[in-house]
Amino acid sequence: MHQKTLVELAAGLRQGEFSSVELTRACLERVGRLDEQLNCFITVTGEQALAQAQAADARLQSGEAGPLTGIPFAHKDIFCTHGVKTSCGSKMLDSFIAPYDATVTQQLNMAGAVMIGKTNMDEFAMGSSNETSYYGPVNNPWDVQRVPGGSSGGSAAAVAARLVPASTGTDTGGSIRQPAALCGVTGLKPTYGRVSRYGMIAFASSLDQGGPFTRTAADAAIMLGAMAGFDVRDSTSVDRPVDDYRAGLDHSLEGLKIGLPQEFLGAGLDSGVADAVTAALAEYEKLGATLVDISLPNAALAVPTYYVVAPAECSSNLSRMDGVRFGYRASDPQDLEDLYTRSRGEGFGPEVKRRIMIGTYVLSAGYYDAYYLKAQQARRLIREDFLKAFETVDVIMGPTTPTPAFRLGEKADDPVTMYLSDIYTIAVNLAGLPGMSIPAGLSDGLPVGLQVIGDYFAEARLLNVAHRFQQVTDWHEQTPPGYE
Amino acid sequence: MNKPGAWETVIGLEIHAQLRTRSKIFSGAATQYGAEPNTQACAVDLGLPGVLPVLNAEVVRMAAKFGLATRSTVAPRSVFARKNYFYPDLPKGYQISQFELPIVYGGWLDIELDGGATKRIGITRAHLEEDAGKSLHENFHGMTGIDLNRAGTPLLEIVSEPDLRSAQEAVAYMKKIHALVRYLDICDGNMQEGSFRCDANVSVRRQGSEEFGTRAEIKNINSFRFVEQAINYEVERQVAVIEGGGEVVQETRLFDPDKHETRSMRTKEEANDYRYFPDPDLLPVEIDQAFLDAVAATLPELPEARRQRFIDAYGLSADDASVLTASREQADYFEATVDASGGQDKLSANWVMGELSGALNKAGMDISDSPVSAAELGVLLQRIEDGTISGRIAKQVFQDMFNGEGSADAIIENKGLKQISDSSAIEGVVKEVIENHPKQLEQYRNGQTRLLGYFAIRNRSTSCCASCLMHDPASLR
Repeated sequence: MHQKTLVELAAGLRQGEFSSVELTRACLERVGRLDEQLNCFITVTGEQALAQAQAADARLQSGEAGPLTGIPFAHKDIFCTHGVKTSCGSKMLDSFIAPYDATVTQQLNMAGAVMIGKTNMDEFAMGSSNETSYYGPVNNPWDVQRVPGGSSGGSAAAVAARLVPASTGTDTGGSIRQPAALCGVTGLKPTYGRVSRYGMIAFASSLDQGGPFTRTAADAAIMLGAMAGFDVRDSTSVDRPVDDYRAGLDHSLEGLKIGLPQEFLGAGLDSGVADAVTAALAEYEKLGATLVDISLPNAALAVPTYYVVAPAECSSNLSRMDGVRFGYRASDPQDLEDLYTRSRGEGFGPEVKRRIMIGTYVLSAGYYDAYYLKAQQARRLIREDFLKAFETVDVIMGPTTPTPAFRLGEKADDPVTMYLSDIYTIAVNLAGLPGMSIPAGLSDGLPVGLQVIGDYFAEARLLNVAHRFQQVTDWHEQTPPGYE
Repeated sequence: MNKPGAWETVIGLEIHAQLRTRSKIFSGAATQYGAEPNTQACAVDLGLPGVLPVLNAEVVRMAAKFGLATRSTVAPRSVFARKNYFYPDLPKGYQISQFELPIVYGGWLDIELDGGATKRIGITRAHLEEDAGKSLHENFHGMTGIDLNRAGTPLLEIVSEPDLRSAQEAVAYMKKIHALVRYLDICDGNMQEGSFRCDANVSVRRQGSEEFGTRAEIKNINSFRFVEQAINYEVERQVAVIEGGGEVVQETRLFDPDKHETRSMRTKEEANDYRYFPDPDLLPVEIDQAFLDAVAATLPELPEARRQRFIDAYGLSADDASVLTASREQADYFEATVDASGGQDKLSANWVMGELSGALNKAGMDISDSPVSAAELGVLLQRIEDGTISGRIAKQVFQDMFNGEGSADAIIENKGLKQISDSSAIEGVVKEVIENHPKQLEQYRNGQTRLLGYFAIRNRSTSCCASCLMHDPASLR
């Protein structure tokens, strides 16, 4: 049953081949058996899941079920879940039981999806390897000595290991697409403003966007359909109807113009990744698409720009973690200063502290213009590059990451090398565009991701482009050895 | 002592007016004053992880009203920014405010100086922001309590140009703004509850100097009297420092209303670097002409226009018109009284400024809480005009009305205060008085005419109006 896609499971539930309770039990059993070696989950919510599954079964029987009703999924531990610990991968929130549901949580609940637990992640979503989590790293099911990527490492690995058919993630600089690539699953970061950020613990507010992990594009269409939508509680969400993402999945790709940014295919790209991407592009040509070389001349600015904007915003967003009202609080504070410095000093890990310090620095009097304002200008240039490209092409493609999954600890002591693993994904966040990563091959037995970038609100197009590829390839069906 | 005239005072005020919305600026929690601690603070006000602010559209309308009323520019695009600092009553670790692009800028209003001259005071800007909560230091056994009811209450911070040259001018300006925000119905102006408070930037310089002196900022002054005292103290202090050979340091000071002095809170070196940057959770506020036109249509008659109309339409003196239009409530009350009294404008003005104001002051009440409504007062004034009672009796009736003893007519009736105009009834009373005081009558008849007053007093004690007798001393002959 764990090899079935979400679409197949939904059909099975409707036809009464199995119940949601049976399906949920099977997932929980698999998590119990296999997660010890993977560490995908921070919290498993077995009892609540079974109660939700029972309710879903009733709904299925009454004929009021949607495509997600009764489907088990895992929620990144960044989404607030009423009455359930929401840690954001941090000691700071280890004791935080969210008193409310995120909008995405509410929407998935309403759709009848069954949450089986909260997944591991880099602390406050700051990391590209899941090694900054207070709860320890997640191991990549393709090779447990390697990282799953980050920050949504637990969510990606859980889908790759067939623990759940789908999961949620968030993507600030690549945190859905990069782990999707490294774990060999399908991951979608929607247009900024398409999915509500209410109740999704903020890392960098102008970049954060929630999205799904699944095995296939067709499954992602279902998940995104439930997660997307305007939310009055999020001023940056966009009041625009949600497309029917499943309706256009099978559209022909005849005449599709694919832009290939030369900046993404040059130095620093692993040859195994390059070969897989080249082969994938050849498949697209067979499907009727044409390849067009394009240029994103300001792409090199993306990483430095991001490492000004994101830390600036996070330094402010994380100020509320002060030990006063919730979360970790240092014992026996001597005075206010002591309460603040020790609560934050003891509650945050080193990567979070590093970014808070960078962010505080770039916003300081005398440095603001040189860093923050400059970064905003660079951000506009990066965006304009994409807008110009979309005047001539329909989608942009390239590798999601420069290399396949690296070894645990390999980059942990060198933050800049670590930051460069997001070199192809970050520009998309800065521009606010939608992007996907789909399995496109293996390099030395490790998955390679193909990144597909679309114009604003072109999620339906991305899903269509990904789905057609998955109709003619089977990379998305490859299962990590030992998890078949 | 400093030499008078040698120093010029330069003052700019930052007034914080709490906007009277029902819910907070970025959340749906109520803003009512005086609730149990932390009962009016929702997840957004508590700054829980994951929550987001949503702008209350009403505050934009209110700020636009203020902008239009002060001939300011209402910005077509303004931006909320985060002001970052740590404090326990600031739940998010930043205050959402406006920094580089405020919603209102570049306006002015005129204040009246002693002697009738007016002076134009520039309004640099007015920006929207959220208030912080309150730290409670008492009754917590060495700890501090945090009440977040006030956190997220909308404020309009109104920043003046440094155009004010004395404490009196500062108070006149503050009163003018106070009246204006109440006219506009955007702030209740309650200074005791902190709905209207100000920071004063004060510096001194040698007469004739072009450069400003180093300023001190006096924080959180919540009464007109304290503003005056604080500025006067601060000016004297700064002059004494300079004349003593010292230098004024840039710092934030607090006014102690008990000791009538200001004292240092923190110096420039200790000041926070607030690291302002645009709040990425909120979109820029965009205002178009159609919105401004709609707001303009809701503007009430403003104090200056109303004052002129009172002079023109009711024939009031300029001073009386100023007093009556000082607050919207008082001006409304006056006009309602004129209506209810059948158009007696001057009598209404005298009563509103005289008896009513006096009684309210004595009772420590606001005109909006007056126990005597304008309609009731109007009826009383009619009773003077139609001769039912005299002006003097009317004051007595008014006191009874103020004490809640009923309407004018009921009190006049119950206490038998009606002037008697039936001459046979008067004669009866007069006769009775005369007959009961034969000795005094004898003396009067013997030429002691000043005893007329004695009879008048007797007469009053028998509940007849003195004037009856006074009008007809012949009856004593």
